[in-house]
Amino acid sequence: MTDLSHIRNFSIVAHIDHGKSTLADRLIQSTGTVQDRDMKAQLLDSMDIERERGITIKANTVRIDYVADNGEKYVLNLIDTPGHVDFGYEVSRSMRAVEGSLLVVDSTQGVEAQTLANVYQAIDADHEIVPVLNKIDLPASDVDRVKEQIEDVIGIDASQSMLVSAKTGIGIHETLEAIVHRLPAPKGDRNAPLKAMLVDSWYDSYLGVVVMIRVMDGMIRRGERIKMMQTGAVYGIDKLSVLKPQMVDIAELGPGEIGVFTASIKQVRDTRVGDTITHEKKGCETPLPGFKPAQPVVFCGLFPVDANDFEPLRDAIEKLALNDASFSFEMETSAALGFGFRCGFLGLLHLEVIRDRLEREYDLDLITTAPSVVYQLYMKDGEKRELHNPADMPDLTYVDHIEEPRIKATILVPDDYLGDVLKLCQDRRGVQLDLTYAGSRALVVYDLPLNEVVFDFYDRLKSVTKGYASFDYQLTGYQEDSLVKMSILVNDEPVDALSMMVHRDRAEMRGRAMVEKLKDLIPRHMFKIPIQAAIGGKVIARETLSALRKDVTAKCYGGDATRKRKLLDKQKAGKKKMRQFGKVEIPQEAFISALKMDD
Amino acid sequence: MAEDWQAGGFGLYVHWPFCLSKCPYCDFNSHVAATIDQAAWGRAYLAEIDRVGALTKGRLLQSIFFGGGTPSLMDAELVAAIIDRARRWWPTVNDVEITLEANPTSVEAGRFRGYRDGGVTRVSMGIQALNDADLRALGRLHSADEAMRAFDVARGVFDRVSFDLIYARQNQTLEAWRAELKQALGLAIDHLSLYQLTIEEGTAFGDRYNAGKLRGLPDQDLAADMYEATQDICEAAGMPAYEVSNHARLGAESRHNQIYWRYGDYVGIGPGAHGRLTLGGTRHATEAERSPARWMQLVDQRGHGDIVYEPLTDTDALTEFLLMGLRLREGVDLGRLDALGGGVFDNNINGLIDIEMLERADGRLRLTPAGRPVLNAVLRGVLGG
Ligand SMILES: Nc1nc2c(ncn2[C@@H]2O[C@H](COP(=O)(O)OP(=O)(O)OP(=O)(O)O)[C@@H](O)[C@H]2O)c(=O)[nH]1
Ligand SMILES: C[S@@+](CC[C@H](N)C(=O)[O-])C[C@H]1O[C@@H](n2cnc3c(N)ncnc32)[C@H](O)[C@@H]1O
Ligand code: SF4
Ligand SMILES: [Mg+2]
Repeated sequence: MTDLSHIRNFSIVAHIDHGKSTLADRLIQSTGTVQDRDMKAQLLDSMDIERERGITIKANTVRIDYVADNGEKYVLNLIDTPGHVDFGYEVSRSMRAVEGSLLVVDSTQGVEAQTLANVYQAIDADHEIVPVLNKIDLPASDVDRVKEQIEDVIGIDASQSMLVSAKTGIGIHETLEAIVHRLPAPKGDRNAPLKAMLVDSWYDSYLGVVVMIRVMDGMIRRGERIKMMQTGAVYGIDKLSVLKPQMVDIAELGPGEIGVFTASIKQVRDTRVGDTITHEKKGCETPLPGFKPAQPVVFCGLFPVDANDFEPLRDAIEKLALNDASFSFEMETSAALGFGFRCGFLGLLHLEVIRDRLEREYDLDLITTAPSVVYQLYMKDGEKRELHNPADMPDLTYVDHIEEPRIKATILVPDDYLGDVLKLCQDRRGVQLDLTYAGSRALVVYDLPLNEVVFDFYDRLKSVTKGYASFDYQLTGYQEDSLVKMSILVNDEPVDALSMMVHRDRAEMRGRAMVEKLKDLIPRHMFKIPIQAAIGGKVIARETLSALRKDVTAKCYGGDATRKRKLLDKQKAGKKKMRQFGKVEIPQEAFISALKMDD
Repeated sequence: MAEDWQAGGFGLYVHWPFCLSKCPYCDFNSHVAATIDQAAWGRAYLAEIDRVGALTKGRLLQSIFFGGGTPSLMDAELVAAIIDRARRWWPTVNDVEITLEANPTSVEAGRFRGYRDGGVTRVSMGIQALNDADLRALGRLHSADEAMRAFDVARGVFDRVSFDLIYARQNQTLEAWRAELKQALGLAIDHLSLYQLTIEEGTAFGDRYNAGKLRGLPDQDLAADMYEATQDICEAAGMPAYEVSNHARLGAESRHNQIYWRYGDYVGIGPGAHGRLTLGGTRHATEAERSPARWMQLVDQRGHGDIVYEPLTDTDALTEFLLMGLRLREGVDLGRLDALGGGVFDNNINGLIDIEMLERADGRLRLTPAGRPVLNAVLRGVLGG
């Protein structure tokens, strides 16, 4: 156990790509936590998708031993967090386990939308904040301007900012000293009953369920019997470790410390992020307040391509949900797709990441149906219903009115692109709430319908501003509007998985965009295929996919039989990525891609 | 009970793996070599024939095919020795067909007489295009004129001469192809192979294509128009397609290739050659080592050049039967299809008959004219998922 005064716990927060994970690398490396030969860039981004996309998706914790200039030995627990909006829940959850934050700001870019969002969260969590201006090795770095922005836009003192290049290692030592001297030590009473916060958990194929905790009060030791206060589950601790970043066993953890344990946990459902862990006997009385549950904003159906994979899919989803409290699911059945799950996500990237992880980590092939937000239906008989799936939309004659979720979007954009951003927001039925300037950049606040934002707003924003705008949003509430269900008919058969709710005024435009997209996404068949968008019985857009005209191998002699047979076998396997609707095969990626608009 | 292969026949394929230069579109197993020890190659081929001959002794041989590479680089004596040895193991049908693939240069034309005297009855010449600019673009060593002269020599020596053209070339227009095809039909005796240019992985064209640098290839619609024009023009000239890319007057079809498409048995000898052999009641796939040097070494040291000899599952055999057989205008025999277990595909087949891609007639299953240009899609539909 380490004395409280020699522990510092902090998260690293920033806008996407400002260099959090690289800063974590340098802190890990310069303290000798990981040997140079084992280092690699963004060491903590260990998932394949993280490495491929170059972004952090999961918050990651490392324990670092640091001998400060004053000769004292400190234990630092660092949590590297993701920067993308869709993973904001990871950040807020992580912040609850620590006392301070390093606020990283790319000194070539300045304050961005997630910088703001993260600062507000850090302030909410009563954190001490140390600003870190990163990437000062780059010629475009403008430290003075960014300090000014931090003071003007965020309103915190930037005079003591750390000047760092996480790439070259400049300022790393000073940052370590600032962590020790400027961040507060945790508080806690080692003699009080055990009170630990369940911060995270995940499934490891060798170890089973691994639980990460932050001890608030009391001591926890290997072999002890503990209780999860919310679920009531009781377990004996098999293995207690700290993350460096690989697991290193430890006999006990005391107040202020962060570590992980395994306890032969069979029921994945027993471990709830935010739960309080105490001893089975002589436990603490009152649990910690817990975390505010995440509100999924986008829903879609996930179905196994092979109906026999339903149980493996259930198992995989449960295990993944363990690692991601912001993801929700419930069973769903569809006439065309069979048994599957209706799942909720924090955004489209979140959806894509979960689907990718299910496919890779659990070797499943999935069909994803068109994503949708949650609508409130006010029925004529006074009933109020939530609509998660456009396919469930009742006949309009029973519906009095429909409300859709709205958001408050904050966008930071250089002057030059302001016009494009305003146009985009306007096109998406936005209402301007505020427009202010911070230096040469505008801070635009818009009230927007969520369903105009979730699918591709962020992509569009990036493309119209050449990547210079940043964006963050919060749900604000529901508002009535004129919404209708648009159905898509492929070869004259309605494809439920493609139906969506749209605003009446935008229906024709969206319908046209959908059918044009689908025409590109569906491969040519041996016959021509009409693709239509309809509201009720009325067709509002139509395209025809012409028939395949030529697909024949010119040469096929004795030596080609094997090759051709293997090719056909491979295509047969590839067909699993297709779904049959009537006589037409639709590739699974069509269900999401069709919604992205190029306006 | 007769074994299935008997309905398709029995033939011998001999692969000669050398060429004078490598054409940029070609993915055949062909190599450019400085020197070739024809005597050593002869010993290896004869050893292989003896080995397979012992396994299939007494079968009635319908055809021998010397393919390449460029078999017209073989010494006439070598070709004769192989034919002799084959005849020792297998009785041949009266009108046995012995084809040799020839490149249309003057040097090679000089050997034609020797081939005929050694037993070759038919040559298939790779003329590819009828104008010099396109021949150069295809990396060919001969001019159109030289090809014509070689062709004239061939028709003086052999009764049966076929030639190959490649169409849907870079920047070729529909009109240009129609004109070229009509010219070709004027020259043709009774057989023509007309291949749409295929961009194969691992060739120079393949690399250029992947790098986005192979321009002027036809899109699907133009390729389809060219294919249709080819069917119409050849049909009108009395040379209908009896297979996707092969056209002949009635009775002049290549017997050898029909063994493949009718899914008979064939012995494959030489580097990279494939074979299908029914032994002990089971159809086997054989495949020889591709590298000429290693193949020679294997034959020499181990007594055979095959690196694959494996039984085909019933499903594999059924798949191959269909993917080969549906290439033929005549299609496949329903009785054979049934005996090979084709019943499992009945639903798929009926669906394709409904949309008029396939038809059942005269005890056979075959493509309709609409189905022919989309054979691959039809096959995917039949074999299902
Ligand atoms: N030149 C320079 N590049 C840096 C520095 N720090 C980070 N980078 C680069 O910036 C990019 C993003 O760095 P990351 O560390 O992945 O950023 P992040 O904030 O963790 O990103 P997310 O986790 O996706 O939000 C990478 O290409 C890094 O190599 C720096 O100090 N100087
Ligand atoms: C074994 S090859 C060549 C025979 C001989 N060496 C020659 O080139 O004349 C048989 C025929 O296949 C055709 N061919 C080869 N590669 C092709 C390709 N990539 N696309 C279309 N046809 C091709 C050519 O017409 C060629 O004549
Ligand atoms: S096309 Fe004929 S000559 Fe050219 S490389 Fe291929 S086999 Fe050899
Ligand atoms: Mg990161």
